Amino acid sequence: MDNPVRTAILRPMEHDLIIVGGGLNGPALALAAAQAGLTSCVVDSLPLATRQDADFDGRSYALARSSQRMLDRLGLWDALKDHAQPMNQIKVSDGRVGDAGVFLGLHFDSAEIEDGPMGFMVEDRYLRRVLLAALAESDLITQRAEAMVVAQETRPEGASVTLADGEVLKGRLLVGADGQKSGVATRAGIRRMGWGYGQTALVCAIAHEEPHDGVAHQLFLPAGPLAILPLTGNRSSIVWSERDSRAQAINALSDDDYLEVLRPRFGDFLGEISLAGARYTYPLTLSLARAFTAERVALVGDAAHRMHPIAGQGLNAGLRDVAALAHVITHAARRGEDFASPAVLSRYAQWRRFDTASLATSTDLFNRLFSNDNPLLRLGRDLGMAAINAAPGLRRSFIREAAGLTGDLPDLMRG
Amino acid sequence: MGKVMTTTVDASEIAKFEAMAAEWWDPNGKFKPLHMLNPCRLDYITRQIAEEFDRDLTAPRAFEGLRLLDIGCGGGLLSEPMARLGADVVGVDAAERNIPVAQTHAMQSGLEIDYRFTTAEAMADAGEQFDAVLNMEVVEHVADPLAYLTACQQLLKPGGLHICSTINRNPKSFAVAILGAEYVMRWLPKGTHDWSKFITPDELYDLIRKAGLDPVDRKGFVFNPVTWAWRLSDRDLSVNYVTASLKPA
Repeated sequence: MDNPVRTAILRPMEHDLIIVGGGLNGPALALAAAQAGLTSCVVDSLPLATRQDADFDGRSYALARSSQRMLDRLGLWDALKDHAQPMNQIKVSDGRVGDAGVFLGLHFDSAEIEDGPMGFMVEDRYLRRVLLAALAESDLITQRAEAMVVAQETRPEGASVTLADGEVLKGRLLVGADGQKSGVATRAGIRRMGWGYGQTALVCAIAHEEPHDGVAHQLFLPAGPLAILPLTGNRSSIVWSERDSRAQAINALSDDDYLEVLRPRFGDFLGEISLAGARYTYPLTLSLARAFTAERVALVGDAAHRMHPIAGQGLNAGLRDVAALAHVITHAARRGEDFASPAVLSRYAQWRRFDTASLATSTDLFNRLFSNDNPLLRLGRDLGMAAINAAPGLRRSFIREAAGLTGDLPDLMRG
Repeated sequence: MGKVMTTTVDASEIAKFEAMAAEWWDPNGKFKPLHMLNPCRLDYITRQIAEEFDRDLTAPRAFEGLRLLDIGCGGGLLSEPMARLGADVVGVDAAERNIPVAQTHAMQSGLEIDYRFTTAEAMADAGEQFDAVLNMEVVEHVADPLAYLTACQQLLKPGGLHICSTINRNPKSFAVAILGAEYVMRWLPKGTHDWSKFITPDELYDLIRKAGLDPVDRKGFVFNPVTWAWRLSDRDLSVNYVTASLKPA
């Protein structure tokens, strides 16, 4: 006799989405899909507790205004806003070691546009915690933690993944939100292209005596760019790029010696500085997946594109992928289409490849132009910055660009 | 009896139907122009049905309980989305070879759709009744449009919705739909359309009224060569356009 309970247990769980990667983009996609009534299973190799209860480790994100709007639409902003530092101004200068903070070539003030702050600085630990708490609350989302994907299979009508413990998850769409070494992409036969920049980003949080007043600074030093981004309180996040060998040497220094190297670059405009968290290094690489989709597969975030973090666009670009994919599949489902069919996925690929290619190219060019001590190039870029600064229309368009408010915005990012 | 029939179908026939279904549903294949237009026409159809029958498109299976007829169903590009939204769908095609192809794909999609090799006129004669009739890109191919639209009217329950799309007749539609689509882009086989059988929006409204339906809305399907996508337009009905009409209650 048929036992309905037994049948339910024996039948493999069917999800609308299987999302591999429980970092930031994966959970954001699960929440966006849930808003459209779609179910997800989020798979991550790390234990949940490790991801949930992280202490402040110095990592933080410059959320563009569009990304903040999206987190608000997903119902997360109320829990985040007390931990978010608004960025009201961005000052860009072409400074050399020793004269940082003297001449500011470009000045963007969000008072010039009507959309509020250009963005917000949010610490990684808060963002992760809020996302994971929301996942746990949703009836439409299940999770598999400490779960390694060992195999995946796609067919015209669906996808399945096999976990290390033998469990098979079935779904209509398999999403790779599993970083630049994406296993989902590799198993789907998607190849990558890219190159290193010979530069490494040194990342840390610092405490300083004077308030930052919500101003972000981008200094273009000959060795590479230095970003000073305001965190809550008298703290800032530093992203500092150096040539690979030099970065390794600096990273090997003691905390005190590290600060000695940083001080002359940073300048003294915020008073005395000290370290306020751990130090990280990230080699700067550009890595693009040759395709963002395959049969029943879509890639988001670093799995699709890892780009130079010069403009803090990594997470923002990832959230834009998530918003675009959610937009495409939500609208497809509402008009009765199979939301993971090749026709639907091609709309996502077309939308995001264009944005990504232009962003990757512009950040790459920007870095090549500014990581240079050639006096002619210096003169040229100083004149260029002065020209942009003198043209309010152009300046406003840069501000809107930095705030992520340009281009074809997905539903989740619209005002 | 049906079971006996299916088991006697030759395996090579099934493989052929599967190949043809794959061709119908390949977004970059032979039916690429239909796939490009499909989201736009589905948007129109779903919104009109939702408005007329007071359905919420954000809810699952929004069209549950509605009986729909898709005339000229082909591989099922409209029938499947309607069935996925919960409608009870009958798809008919005058080309017999399309029926097993559409059936094969519906089975692969896990959808139940009643596909039949028949015509609108034969369905009307049999007294079939529907809440909505989808009559997309068919009227420009029929010999007697008024007789055909009258059959569509007879197929509707009182208060039922008729959605009909076709191609306008003017110099631009000749350039775009015949020269552009058939000769330059090779989207469609040469001879797919006979320009003289194209119908202007006013002529179509007139025919719809004569068939006993009340026209309520018309919009253009406009192709943007930059974004490579179709959109609905209130004003530009110069080439492809769609109409909605109601059977008096």
